[in-house]
Amino acid sequence: MKELLILVVVTVFTLVTYYLVEPFAHKNLHKHVESEAFVYADLPAITKLGDAVRGKDLVMGAGACTGCHSINVAGVAAPMDAVSSAAAYGVNPPDLSNAGVVYDEKFLNALIINPAHTLMVEHTLDESQGEMHPMIPFYGAGGDIDQEVADMVTYLQSIAVSQEELTPPMAFENACGRCHGVKYEQWTQIGTKGSFKHKRDELAFDIDVLDYKDSLKAYMGKLPPDLSMYIRSRGEHYISTLMENPQNYLEGTSMPRVGVSADTAEKVIEYLEDAGDTKRHEREETGKYVMIYIIIFAIFGLLWKKQVWRDLH
Amino acid sequence: MAHFTKATSIKDWLDQRLAIVKVEKVLASEYWIPKNINFLWAMGMILVITFVMLVISGIFLLMYYQPNVDLAFDSVNYTIMREVGYGWLWRHVHGVAASVVFLIIYIHMFTGIYYGSYKKGREMIWISGMLLFIAFSTEAFSGYMLPWGQMSYWAGMVITNLFAGGSLHADGLVEWIRGDYVPAQAFLTRFFMLHVLLVPLAIIGLIGLHFGALRIPHVNNQDGEEIDFDEESKKYLAGDKAGSKVIRFANDFMAKDMMVVGFYLVFFFYLVFYHYGFAMDPVNFDPADGLKTPAHIYPEWYFLWSYEILRPFSTDVGLMAFAFAQGIFVFLPFLDRSPNAIPASRRGLFKYWFWAMLIDMIALTSMGKLPPEGAFSTIGLVAALVFIGLWIALPIITYFEKKA
Repeated sequence: MKELLILVVVTVFTLVTYYLVEPFAHKNLHKHVESEAFVYADLPAITKLGDAVRGKDLVMGAGACTGCHSINVAGVAAPMDAVSSAAAYGVNPPDLSNAGVVYDEKFLNALIINPAHTLMVEHTLDESQGEMHPMIPFYGAGGDIDQEVADMVTYLQSIAVSQEELTPPMAFENACGRCHGVKYEQWTQIGTKGSFKHKRDELAFDIDVLDYKDSLKAYMGKLPPDLSMYIRSRGEHYISTLMENPQNYLEGTSMPRVGVSADTAEKVIEYLEDAGDTKRHEREETGKYVMIYIIIFAIFGLLWKKQVWRDLH
Repeated sequence: MAHFTKATSIKDWLDQRLAIVKVEKVLASEYWIPKNINFLWAMGMILVITFVMLVISGIFLLMYYQPNVDLAFDSVNYTIMREVGYGWLWRHVHGVAASVVFLIIYIHMFTGIYYGSYKKGREMIWISGMLLFIAFSTEAFSGYMLPWGQMSYWAGMVITNLFAGGSLHADGLVEWIRGDYVPAQAFLTRFFMLHVLLVPLAIIGLIGLHFGALRIPHVNNQDGEEIDFDEESKKYLAGDKAGSKVIRFANDFMAKDMMVVGFYLVFFFYLVFYHYGFAMDPVNFDPADGLKTPAHIYPEWYFLWSYEILRPFSTDVGLMAFAFAQGIFVFLPFLDRSPNAIPASRRGLFKYWFWAMLIDMIALTSMGKLPPEGAFSTIGLVAALVFIGLWIALPIITYFEKKA
């Protein structure tokens, strides 16, 4: 049938054009990075089985973690508030309550021994100027260092919430939220900006955020971007693989490797979807009904045409 | 004053005052369309429906959009996409329709070229159609500025820069268009005005002209057959519907139109809900930043072919080639020297000209988005030269075309 042939021609030319300007062009415009499935193959394998009790002593004592980090669930408060911490270290050291679930185990082990290398930020530190990463490497407490590190990581895992209890905001705030704001979720680098009864309290909060950002900017070289719309501007694959290894896309960036587990990465993505693609469930739901409606409409269109044209042939 | 009698019904009352019976005949039941047509003849109705969807979704967006450089991005991405009930739906309908409308325009245009529907007597249909194309292009470009994302800003920068005219250095003209040295508040507000008022008014007026231009020469048919509309319509009205070569606009033609519209809407809403990414460039979800140029700046897909004619040449030559590409389609009825108003398949060399032009424009479109490097640059340059060459060849090959 002639009309069918015309339809095929129109469809083929449309699809060829679509393929060339969308999938083909984007393949050529953007670098493609395969996911490494968050295995951190470059980091040494874990050889020791940790003990949480010994780990607790190390974390609280010889490991000196609590000199900079808070552990809220264990009742250890931060030595300084976020703004002062950022002024001292460049960025606020994370609370360790849920570090054991947010970060990959292998990553945590390697991080404690050699933070700058594990975070992939060595290139940002000029050793000749005596620059070093604000997190001091753990040099051992006198015993087998691998065992000691495994003990500390096991302790952190023992106090963390379970993977199921880790919510998308918790995952994001731990992994990304001390450098990145998310305006659309009222998230700032120093916490959620709630509502204020008094204007001066709000201004005081805003000034804290500004001060924090100034320190962060000096430390990172530029202010890390707000991530509100990143799920639409970069997409899930980019964000996920960027977390695995920022150098893959942004060579020389001061953004550290985040070190999250695959599960945490999924939750970070979910958080960003909630921020920048909030209505995705409603879209899918509404889409179904509209499609059903419009297919019925098209069927009626077909029937009406058949009826009207019966006399015309 | 005319003589009015006591009305026998509401219809009669209205008819005495507005001549609705006659109007209905003129516009619908005795507006005669050839029967020998295929679904490509429904593109006009699809365009009307798509335009109506653009207007309606646009009205809803207009209620929440803020034309202010500090608020525009958030009013779209936060207020409309998150806060307003079904705001996301209106935005996706608007964005997808803005892209799909060009697909249909191109199909409509190439249908006209293929069947010779711009030939003697139908020149004004073609010219008003090309004016509509220019108006839609302006509408699309001005609308693209409004979310005030990175692509809005930088596309605005690049396109307004074209008006400097290369070596002419008409920088004052560029500043006048922008209302500033760079795209800023004055720029956003005036493009907002163009998008929601001036250009839509022009489009509506041109649609009227386009429809009006159809009345006297009548709609073409798929075999280029000369139809005596008076004779054939008499046959139809006498009851020989099957034997007549013409049909009523309503309901005959309309029924077929609505069937095609139905199938089209299935495709359209599939795109709106499940495949909208092609119409909303990811780069534009980064807020505008005058200090950070995106790695790649490219227009939406429907402008890529003319963008690619600009790119492979030096500045001045490129601008001339670009101006040529923008304007040349309008002159098609006069550049085609053959009197044959028949499908391209029966027109000798013109048949090859048609498919070469179509393929060349697709080649230009795809190269226009790719980075201008290596083979892509070469293909782009060749395709641009072929485009210009085809237009130069057109009067010659059609002059020697055998009369059918």
